[in-house]
Amino acid sequence: MYFDSVSSLIAMDGHGAFVWSAYGISAVVLIALLVAPMRRRRRLMAELKGEARRAAANSANSLEAEVS
Amino acid sequence: MWSFFHKLGSPPWLFQISGQILRWLLPITVVALVVGAAWGLLFTSPDFRQGNSYRIIYLHVPAAVVSLAGYYVMAIAGAISLIWKMKMADIAMLAAAPVGAALTFLALVTGAIWGKPTWGAWWVWDARLTSMLILLFLYLGVIALYEAYENKAAASKACAVLALVGTVNIPIIYKSVDWWYSLHQPASIKFTGESTIDSSMLYPLMLCIAAFYALFTCALLANMRATILDRERKTGWVQRLVSEDA
Repeated sequence: MYFDSVSSLIAMDGHGAFVWSAYGISAVVLIALLVAPMRRRRRLMAELKGEARRAAANSANSLEAEVS
Repeated sequence: MWSFFHKLGSPPWLFQISGQILRWLLPITVVALVVGAAWGLLFTSPDFRQGNSYRIIYLHVPAAVVSLAGYYVMAIAGAISLIWKMKMADIAMLAAAPVGAALTFLALVTGAIWGKPTWGAWWVWDARLTSMLILLFLYLGVIALYEAYENKAAASKACAVLALVGTVNIPIIYKSVDWWYSLHQPASIKFTGESTIDSSMLYPLMLCIAAFYALFTCALLANMRATILDRERKTGWVQRLVSEDA
């Protein structure tokens, strides 16, 4: 390891604010790039499941109506 | 060979295979990103002129390289969807746009943060920086154009044309540092001839570039899966998938 203490790692000889903000912003963007589409797919899947359940309930209702 | 293309055009096959690829590629990507960033941040020596600020290179260069590669993906997919009306190519083109835009944004932001301690300015109207800004606008233009059309088939066509026309910007970006007098340094890594970067910095940089490529692939596939599910929601295979998943 190049840095001999945590404080020197954070300070980076005065460049700490630049380096760490660059890494922080990148971490946020990269995580969002991976998480956003997966969340979109999951939300869609839940929506489709809801539709399927409603459709099944509807057809069951209409079946009952026909019987009675 | 042709059967492979045939499969590639099949939504259920692509949905399933991309899910399998993501299952192993995603963990590899995350590990490579963390290792690459930690290597660059902790285990390399500072640059003899720029000091520690140079550590931004491990984000800036991969983001810039992959944002350009992403544009090829988007433009080629656009061309395929325009010529052969392949639905999956259309989805790939639209899936690449937000990922490319985000990476171009990152390249610009990390570049600005790096520029401040190194050049003394966040931004200069330099050929490299300006052509990268145009790249960001091209990506955003494709996204906005698609949203602007009510008729999605026409929207895809317009997006593909815009993506193809925008490729003129790519060689300009590559050559900008050679053609114009520029603050931005020319490439340090060369395919022909000796690279002007020490191997102790080159290896972590290579790892980060590979990790960004992997991340682009993951994000592209994940985007495509969501769009496939959305567009194919009325089909039998999606209905089966939904009932099996319940």
